[in-house]
Amino acid sequence: MEIPYTTTVRPDTGVYNAKLGVWLFLASEVMLFGGLFSAYIFLRVGAPEWPGMIAGHMFERSSDILNVPIGTFNTMVLIASSVTMVLSWASLMMKNFSKYKLYMGLTILFGFIFLIVKAFEYSDKFSHHFYPSESAFLAIYFTLTGLHGLHVIGGIIVNLYFWGPGSKMWKTQPKRFTNRIEIAGLYWHFVDIVWIFLFPTIYLL
Amino acid sequence: MSETTDHEHVKKHVRVYIIVFAALAALTIVTVAIAYLELSIVPAIMVALFIAIVKGSLVAGYFMHLISEKKVIISILIVAGVFLIVLFVLTISSYHDQDRSSLVP
Repeated sequence: MEIPYTTTVRPDTGVYNAKLGVWLFLASEVMLFGGLFSAYIFLRVGAPEWPGMIAGHMFERSSDILNVPIGTFNTMVLIASSVTMVLSWASLMMKNFSKYKLYMGLTILFGFIFLIVKAFEYSDKFSHHFYPSESAFLAIYFTLTGLHGLHVIGGIIVNLYFWGPGSKMWKTQPKRFTNRIEIAGLYWHFVDIVWIFLFPTIYLL
Repeated sequence: MSETTDHEHVKKHVRVYIIVFAALAALTIVTVAIAYLELSIVPAIMVALFIAIVKGSLVAGYFMHLISEKKVIISILIVAGVFLIVLFVLTISSYHDQDRSSLVP
């Protein structure tokens, strides 16, 4: 059986089906992260000090615990990966498959760099015995950045598939493959937007 | 749309993507620089949130093509946005529901 509306638009919605599906999924993701952001606000408003006492030390600012330059670097990495992602789709639109491979490869590389930097940040926290159980600040920090990190891992897996074995579809159904990259991009950009809000909320405020 | 005009169309888009990238990078530097000014909490939140909303809108508008997207997608996002606001309001308004006198030393 052939899947309907993978390349042509569905007359009643005006978009191809997968795009509508991914946007519905992203709407549910808004609620997932929204719930955690509201938990952050709730914890923060109720705390007499923020970040407050952690492992016997008093911290008056988030930047006393978290490394702002490293967070800034990771923000830049994720923004760069969003640009290379959209350029990989644009390359397919311009029928340039080798450029697609280059930009998608860069997107995956930036995703890995982001995760490696995050892993260093986590191990630094753990080496100081800063665990989620230590304080409300660390609990929400690890929950939000951890869930975001899982999303980055998920995105890398999908992108790796489309960079490697999945890219065979370009030869048989180029339009359908281009659409796949567009919607994989929608997800990846969403993960970028979440970080754009996470970074100032957790690191800077 | 013919193939050549399609090609030209995307080429124009690529220039926009690069400009948006530069804007996002610049705004990231601005938001970090402002954080170092150590403003008091309310203006600090306002400024950081404003910059984050601008950056998020740039990504959603240009990279996710929302500025030229179909009505059905926009409607889904409006519904999600409304529910998100309801979620925030419910959570924050429940703050006064509990007896906090036992929590604060």
